[in-house]
Amino acid sequence: MIKSFGWDSVEFLIRGAGWTLLLSLMTFVIGGFFALVFALLRTLGPKPVRVVIAGFIQLVQATPLLIIVFLTFYGLSFVGLHFPPMMAAGLSLAVYTTAFLADIWRGCIEAIPRQQWEAADALALTRAQQLRYVILPQAFKISLGPTVGFMVQIVKNTSVVALIGFVELTRAGQLLNNMTFQPFHVFLTVAAIYFAICYPLSFLSERLKGIRNVRPAH
Amino acid sequence: MAYQMNFAPVMALAPQLAEGALNTLILSGQAIVAGLAIGVVGAVGRTEGPRWLGRAVGVYVELFRNTPLLVQLFLIFFGLPYIGVRLSANAAAIIAIALNLGAYSTEILRAGLQAIPRTQIEAGLALGMSRLQVVRYVVIVPALRIIYPALTGQLTLTLLGSSIASAISATELTAAGARIESTTFRSLETFLCIAVIYIAMTFTFRFIYWLIGLWLFRRKAPPKPSLIADVTEVSRAGA
Repeated sequence: MIKSFGWDSVEFLIRGAGWTLLLSLMTFVIGGFFALVFALLRTLGPKPVRVVIAGFIQLVQATPLLIIVFLTFYGLSFVGLHFPPMMAAGLSLAVYTTAFLADIWRGCIEAIPRQQWEAADALALTRAQQLRYVILPQAFKISLGPTVGFMVQIVKNTSVVALIGFVELTRAGQLLNNMTFQPFHVFLTVAAIYFAICYPLSFLSERLKGIRNVRPAH
Repeated sequence: MAYQMNFAPVMALAPQLAEGALNTLILSGQAIVAGLAIGVVGAVGRTEGPRWLGRAVGVYVELFRNTPLLVQLFLIFFGLPYIGVRLSANAAAIIAIALNLGAYSTEILRAGLQAIPRTQIEAGLALGMSRLQVVRYVVIVPALRIIYPALTGQLTLTLLGSSIASAISATELTAAGARIESTTFRSLETFLCIAVIYIAMTFTFRFIYWLIGLWLFRRKAPPKPSLIADVTEVSRAGA
């Protein structure tokens, strides 16, 4: 069926964008959870754990996202676990996100001066209390800008799972292109939708980078 | 029944893997040279050029940093023929990756240029250094030292990001892997081999960047910039 690019095409793409947003959110929540655990273990855990996590981060950061997606999608189904594309997409993006966010957040925790730990220690706070009331609130403020900045990367990275057939915005664009044969219109619209999602995040990220001052936590 | 790994069929095609790896190096090498050239022009244009040029560069940077490389690639490869510009898959991949890297490196290089206070340049001139010496010793090397981690990180991301070019069947490693996978049906083994090659290339280049850094910054380092700046740069990097 050949049809031409019109409003219904834009609607189709916007529905694809919905899946992009859902996938991005899922990736951020799952990846963010593991990233937090990894960042804490990487900075505070026992030496062997630190080494293993550092190794994991180095390996993932040295592998293209597309290869991680392929390994998850094709590879694991052979091992006997069968993943529907949504799960394979979410899992591989989460692994990738974990490696990068854990590194960013580790930097934020390590940016807190040693004296803050010592002061908290002198106040007889336990290790957990030091983290909870002194270190993490400050690290959180530093991390806001970079974290929102990385959300942009997450949204853009979800486009890669189009290549295993998960129908998000980019895949929707490919499908629409096959129907209309108007690639210029289609991919320009796709790009515009990505821009509409990512630019506000980039803008917010730049703004949040200004927040450095630490107010008391209530 | 557990899956039995068998690397033999993939290993039999090792020359194809090696060729793919070489093509990835060539493709991303070309894109990196072009991308850094765009970055230098963009950064100088944005900091030193007239207001309208700075605005134009800013628009370019935001457009390319806020859309996925894959979509940029599709737009250039499938979209441009629609308005009369037909490109080979490799040419389209190089242009897309170069424009993408150009946007990121513009921002990174600009951060470096802006980190050099004007007073430093004046101090250099006052010491009787020639303009060329000031540019070299007071501007370029110290600026490069500040942005070196961010810049080399971005180059690594570019090398890895070139795998995206397999989507339009450009000749590079991931496309070679897809071809091997379709002849051997050994998906897991194929992509594990590909992953190992990418990891080896990345670590090799990190080592090379480190060596270049040692030579480039052999003079005594000034006080280290704060860690917060490093973190900020990490989040800015991306493919």
